[in-house]
Amino acid sequence: MSTNGMESWAVDLAEVGAVYPFPGTEFILFLAGLAFWIIWHVMQLRGEKTEVGEEMDADQSGDKAREAIGRY
Amino acid sequence: MGNNLDALTTIFTEFYYWVTVVFMFLIHVGFCVYEVAASRRRNHVHTLMKNIMVIPLVTVTFFFFGWWIYFAFPNGPFIYNGLGIDFEAAKGARPWDPAMGTNLQDHINGVFWAAFLLFSWTAASIVSGSVMERIQSGAFWILAVVIGSFAWIVDAAWGWHWDGWMVKILGYHDAYASGVIHAIAGGFALGVLIVLGPRLGKFRADGTPRDIPPHNPWLVTLGLFLIYTGFWGFYAACNVPIIAPEVIDGEIVGVTWTATNIYLAPTTLSAITFNFLMSLSGGLMAAFIVSKGDPFWTFSGGLAGIITASAGNDLYHPIQAMFIAAFGAWAAYKLHYWVERKFKIDDAVGAVAVHGYAGVIGLLICGFMLWGQPSSPYAGYATINPLGMFIGAIIMFGVLGFLPGYIVAKILNAFGILRIPAKVELEGLDFASDQAYRAAIDDVVAAEQALVK
Repeated sequence: MSTNGMESWAVDLAEVGAVYPFPGTEFILFLAGLAFWIIWHVMQLRGEKTEVGEEMDADQSGDKAREAIGRY
Repeated sequence: MGNNLDALTTIFTEFYYWVTVVFMFLIHVGFCVYEVAASRRRNHVHTLMKNIMVIPLVTVTFFFFGWWIYFAFPNGPFIYNGLGIDFEAAKGARPWDPAMGTNLQDHINGVFWAAFLLFSWTAASIVSGSVMERIQSGAFWILAVVIGSFAWIVDAAWGWHWDGWMVKILGYHDAYASGVIHAIAGGFALGVLIVLGPRLGKFRADGTPRDIPPHNPWLVTLGLFLIYTGFWGFYAACNVPIIAPEVIDGEIVGVTWTATNIYLAPTTLSAITFNFLMSLSGGLMAAFIVSKGDPFWTFSGGLAGIITASAGNDLYHPIQAMFIAAFGAWAAYKLHYWVERKFKIDDAVGAVAVHGYAGVIGLLICGFMLWGQPSSPYAGYATINPLGMFIGAIIMFGVLGFLPGYIVAKILNAFGILRIPAKVELEGLDFASDQAYRAAIDDVVAAEQALVK
């Protein structure tokens, strides 16, 4: 038993196709990959919301903002 | 060369490796840029020179004995065939052999030697960043030769050679060097760091760590970009570009020519192109989230991702590679800070985590993902399996990485040449040359100003 069905390389390569592990799971992998990508955006947007919130709370006087603008 | 097809194949293979070497040069450029950027201004010149001198020192020693080790020690020695130092196979790698020079009967030795040599530089350069700003250059250069021209090439003979004992007996599989370059270099760096100790000021009196930010974060990321670029060459260099089945002693039947990995088992450039980019992406995405968008760790996470997936990137599906990479990048980040807090290890660039821990995790995952697959086209070899990969990870990170690093650092420390004195560390390694530089400027400026009428 092997995860890609290949027990040996003593074969004619002209008759071999995909050799990645767990062939047949491609569509499930695709769905999992899609979920990973979407979850990434959700997490990133949440993180950015927190970051922006923290920046809104900082430097209420505006002194440091003027300093940052001055530095260009 | 027997006929025109042989000649074409040979010249193509020679050119192929030559191109990979040129690409891989960018890894060292990247490491130099990255390390200088991560160091503080008063240490720039020493930091740069420490890394650049890896090139000549590892090159000459790799010519003198490193290349010979690769062909002489696939058997250990003493593992599967008595004493078994293969003097015959290593004959053409002796520095005095006619094959080690201009020789019209051999078009491969030099470019193949150079491809391996560039891996040697990389192994040493990984260690270089970890120990910066307090190690003596002379001590580092001795350590660089130990890992670059000895430890890593022993591991390559054992686990990155079609006839290596780890491949035969353990079913070890490490196509793009999660273990044979990255885990060993990370383990070696950890061994040195334990003896060397942290930079002054790294830890507060209560033991909590301080952040020592890079002096130029943007240059750090540029260095990492260059490393990514060189990594492409590294991946290509790990393949045999084209080979006929009969060359693999007829183990593969039929007449279809193929690219292979280092074990002469089939793969394709297309596969590793898919997997390189998907693992880079998985690593970047996970590292961005876990580090909250920190550029240093996001870029390093991309690297950690590729490194984690590298052991099996000749065979993984691209989406598998992406997930494996994402996990590796997340784990490397978490482990770096846990080890720093718990054991007071000052790894200045996170190399132990990005290369060492990610490399080990990659080997362990590969054992499960490729379980039961042939490790070689040759009959009688163990198949890839989790236990063999676990033992392989211990050998790479611990036996050939950590132990030599720790022992040699202890010896250097006993001679008082491992670490620079505290006074020099505080004023900066470049203090004397900075003073001379400024004095020279003052002198010439004063002289020229005096000439103005």
